[in-house]
Amino acid sequence: MHNQPKYIPLRETHFFKSGRSERPLVAGTVARGQLREDDLLYTGKVDGREVNEFPFPVTEAVVERGQQRFNIYCSPCHGTTGLGDGMIVRRGYRRPPSYFEARLMNAPVGHFFDVITNGFGAMPDYKAQVPVRDRWAIAAYIRALQLSEHATMQDVPPAERDKLNAQPSAPGSK
Amino acid sequence: MQIFHRSANTLSKLSIFGGLLVVGLLLLFMNAFESSGWVTTQNEIQTQPIQFSHARHVGGNGIDCRYCHTSVETSAFAGIPPTKTCMNCHSQIFNQASYLEPVRASYRTNTSLRWVRVHDLPDFVYFNHSIHVNKGVGCSTCHGRVDQMPLVVQVQSLQMQWCLNCHRHPERYVRPRADVFRMDYTPPTDQLALGRKLVAEYHIKPVADLTSCSTCHR
Ligand code: HEC
Ligand code: HEC
Ligand code: HEC
Ligand code: HEC
Ligand code: HEC
Ligand code: HEC
Repeated sequence: MHNQPKYIPLRETHFFKSGRSERPLVAGTVARGQLREDDLLYTGKVDGREVNEFPFPVTEAVVERGQQRFNIYCSPCHGTTGLGDGMIVRRGYRRPPSYFEARLMNAPVGHFFDVITNGFGAMPDYKAQVPVRDRWAIAAYIRALQLSEHATMQDVPPAERDKLNAQPSAPGSK
Repeated sequence: MQIFHRSANTLSKLSIFGGLLVVGLLLLFMNAFESSGWVTTQNEIQTQPIQFSHARHVGGNGIDCRYCHTSVETSAFAGIPPTKTCMNCHSQIFNQASYLEPVRASYRTNTSLRWVRVHDLPDFVYFNHSIHVNKGVGCSTCHGRVDQMPLVVQVQSLQMQWCLNCHRHPERYVRPRADVFRMDYTPPTDQLALGRKLVAEYHIKPVADLTSCSTCHR
């Protein structure tokens, strides 16, 4: 009764040589309704060129989602501010460029989407860990980080200024 | 004529009570045995193919649970990271270390690393991570301080009684969603007040639903 003859996730099988009960899809299989026709959404490129627009409207919720996902998947190397000084880099991983370099400040958002999807040089790809819409949310958050680099008090809506002057909350509380 | 000596009366009484006593003790023993670590595998250390340390990765390097357990928010299964996830970092960090050779071999030859399950409910029980995580039950409530474990051990019994204890009183355990993944979360002194507020806010199902047999045995 404890172990019934059925497959739960990652349970071993003796039927296939690899021992994997989850079978890989035959190359080229497309589930109904999941054909990735929308180039902009799935590749960040149109006609092979990285775009500078988002496939869906960027709202506050999208940027907040992006912040959360960035802190999970990117901050270990890029640091929470994007300077490239994350914990794994301090442990010896190659140091990534700061997001505030002119080249990256001017890069189209499609570039960030592409780097997450396919990796870049020494950076591994994150397509298995980060779903498509979250990749765009992260790209939006990186843009927000870049804007914040040279932002002044004038850019903050008056209603929010008091919050900035208050004590910062402890790191990791979000 | 007397077949049995008078002392047989006492003997027979004794044997009745003695018998009851033995049965009672046996039940007590079975109960203790069933909930002992020997049966529940609580606090038992499993031998893994690689000495993967959560204390190093989570405690030492601050990596979020979701970096590796990617499906914990969206599905029943929390997810065990594929070898590629390890290689994200270990292609460069300790990339010559002999103790990581099984990881590199697994990546090179496209074979699975065979982790040994630590938590294992019987197949007739249905458990789902996403509902708990999304309704404010923290990882540490069920798994303890994973960030301090060199090797994961099961800290709770995982018996039905344990599940029910919370399903009867969720307000004693729920925390704000933002703190679900925090390992160092300690409940505030007014946990009950906060708990009741969150139970209402997150629309946590009534106790009658949560303790119905078909919630977990379906
Ligand atoms: C394991 C460490 C690591 C993680 C995690 C990581 N990166 Fe990187 N990233 C790097 C390194 C190293 C480079 C530099 C690559 C090179 O130039 O060879 C880089 C470069 C980049 C670049 C610059 C590409 C360019 O044009 O120069 C971007 C943008 C970027 N990463 C975005 C991300 C995002 C978004 C995430 C999270 C989804 C992320 N990275 C997670 C290590 C990492
Ligand atoms: C760097 C990747 C990584 C991170 C980050 C990580 N884990 Fe794990 N976790 C693993 C691997 C690999 C295993 C399987 C090996 C084992 O059981 O030790 C595992 C196993 C577990 C298990 C036991 C599973 C079983 O077999 O029953 C629990 C519970 C767990 N992790 C909880 C957590 C929690 C909670 C966090 C966040 C605080 C976390 N993990 C962060 C990689 C990770
Ligand atoms: C985000 C980056 C990252 C990922 C992903 C990662 N590691 Fe590590 N790992 C590290 C770092 C950094 C260290 C060095 C830790 C230290 O010195 O504090 C390390 C150390 C180790 C060690 C040596 C620990 C010790 O006790 O000396 C082992 C073994 C290991 N990792 C296995 C794994 C396995 C297996 C996986 C995949 C499930 C994995 N790691 C995923 C970054 C990572
Ligand atoms: C309500 C209690 C509870 C909470 C909260 C919880 N877990 Fe679990 N976890 C379990 C149980 C029970 C199992 C065993 C499941 C089984 O055997 O089917 C388990 C198993 C696991 C496993 C092994 C893989 C699997 O899904 O069977 C991992 C990894 C894991 N948990 C990680 C986490 C992480 C990370 C969190 C926080 C985001 C978390 N858990 C929160 C109770 C919980
Ligand atoms: C610390 C508290 C806690 C523990 C321990 C716990 N649960 Fe839960 N469980 C909850 C909460 C809160 C919910 C959310 C109820 C809702 O849907 O609103 C829930 C929901 C569930 C659901 C989904 C109910 C539904 O109708 O969607 C299942 C199934 C479940 N739990 C099984 C288990 C099992 C099996 C165990 C023991 C291995 C367990 N739980 C341990 C708090 C807990
Ligand atoms: C919150 C989830 C939950 C609910 C609700 C629940 N159970 Fe269970 N039940 C479990 C778990 C978990 C186990 C496995 C315990 C173990 O492995 O020791 C279990 C085991 C059992 C067993 C097997 C006991 C054994 O020792 O093998 C029976 C019988 C059972 N449950 C009956 C019921 C009945 C009847 C109800 C309704 C009155 C019920 N359960 C409601 C979680 C639940």
